[in-house]
Amino acid sequence: MSNIPANLKYASSHEWLRAEGDGIYTVGITEHAQELLGDMVFVELPEVGETVGQGDDCAVAESVKAASDIYAPVSGEIVAVNDALSDSPELVNSSPYEDGWMFKIKIADEAELGALLDAAGYQSAIDEA
Amino acid sequence: MAQKTALHASHLAAGAKMVDFFGWDMPINYGSQIEEHHAVRQDAGMFDVSHMTIVDLTGANTRNFLRYLLANDVAKLTTPGKALYSGMLNSTGGVIDDLIVYFLQEDFFRLVVNSATREKDLAHINAEAKAFNVTVTERPEFAMIAVQGPNAKAKVATLLTAEQQAAVAGMKPFFGVQAGNLFIATTGYTGEDGYEIALPNEQAADFWQQLVTAGVKPCGLGARDTLRLEAGMNLYGQDMDETVSPLAANMGWTIAWEPSDRNFIGRTALEQAKVAGTAKLVGLVMEQKGVLRHGQKVITAAGEGEITSGTFSPTLGFSIAMARVPAATGDTAEVDIRGKLVPVKVVKPAFVRMGKKLV
Repeated sequence: MSNIPANLKYASSHEWLRAEGDGIYTVGITEHAQELLGDMVFVELPEVGETVGQGDDCAVAESVKAASDIYAPVSGEIVAVNDALSDSPELVNSSPYEDGWMFKIKIADEAELGALLDAAGYQSAIDEA
Repeated sequence: MAQKTALHASHLAAGAKMVDFFGWDMPINYGSQIEEHHAVRQDAGMFDVSHMTIVDLTGANTRNFLRYLLANDVAKLTTPGKALYSGMLNSTGGVIDDLIVYFLQEDFFRLVVNSATREKDLAHINAEAKAFNVTVTERPEFAMIAVQGPNAKAKVATLLTAEQQAAVAGMKPFFGVQAGNLFIATTGYTGEDGYEIALPNEQAADFWQQLVTAGVKPCGLGARDTLRLEAGMNLYGQDMDETVSPLAANMGWTIAWEPSDRNFIGRTALEQAKVAGTAKLVGLVMEQKGVLRHGQKVITAAGEGEITSGTFSPTLGFSIAMARVPAATGDTAEVDIRGKLVPVKVVKPAFVRMGKKLV
């Protein structure tokens, strides 16, 4: 059974989102997603300062198995990326919700949060898949 | 209903992630494919390869039959136990399968063929064997475990009786010997030292557990694929198939052209292909970020080609691939990765052997 923290929001495309205050949200992929992908070998992150729309592909996670697009769960500006993933992509496997975070986004429209799932909603989404 | 090897319960108990592999429920990894890969390069790992098909051929005329059936020439096998890698071709010179043949006695040879090709292989072998009066016997009662890595042989030795140790002492690469209940062969699919061991199904789980206790790490099909690709070994169905000449699959060295009067299936087509020229299978190395994958297009000055197998190489820390490209391809090319053209180096298709980096 995958860990799905209750304090996070989720996209059905397996990203999680955590509120950091001041409209800043940290984004990563879920434990379930990293289990599906297997050992991570490269993570291609967006540029800081880039503006992304909700649902845009803005990062790529390359595992031993496949290359997978990571989608922006909300619209906004990228304000930070996790440079540690450049040397240690395996952090996405070992610590998907903490050290393996991917980028931080300054949200453009808080209303978009309504389209995301809570932990129970994400659990049912992966149970159905 | 997926088929299960004699080690299926052992895999589940070890927490393996199981996948369907051509009708067999097999472990893809037991947690981390990359850790399993490193275990084989640096220490000792083992694979359940019981899904592979063992076929025994018996009869006085077996050697003549195999000289007709295979592109390589079993006349090279003069010492009992000696093995040979060969393609089994169709009449148009395509590869029905690649296999290992062991010479055990003059009237007894053993083949180990792929599991994905089992049915068509058996149909072909049975059909061709009739004229030679050779008996074809599949041996599903055997499980098979590949123990590979620099410390593999030493760890296996701790499980062997004195007689079995004597039987394998000093055994050169590509030999097989029946030692008690174990058929032990110095073959593999990783580019490391080690054994492939066939044994009765009912003894497999115990033997596997003893190997675990001896410090051999269970490894799944994921690591098996990255190891064989680093070693530059072909995967049937991906790097070659019935539509591909062995000349275009880096298997030219397995074709025994001499003696020129030996008639083998596919010979005429091969001779024509050799004159006409074929594409070639090369290695690709990409040192920048990203992973080369099966099916990606390769662009060269001599024309276009395609990646047949691609992966991230855990030993090298960057991506490698095998690609079929025009014969005139030089030492650089570009690969179309998700719409982006990325430069790659073109090398001989072998990247890591016996723990040593070749690129």
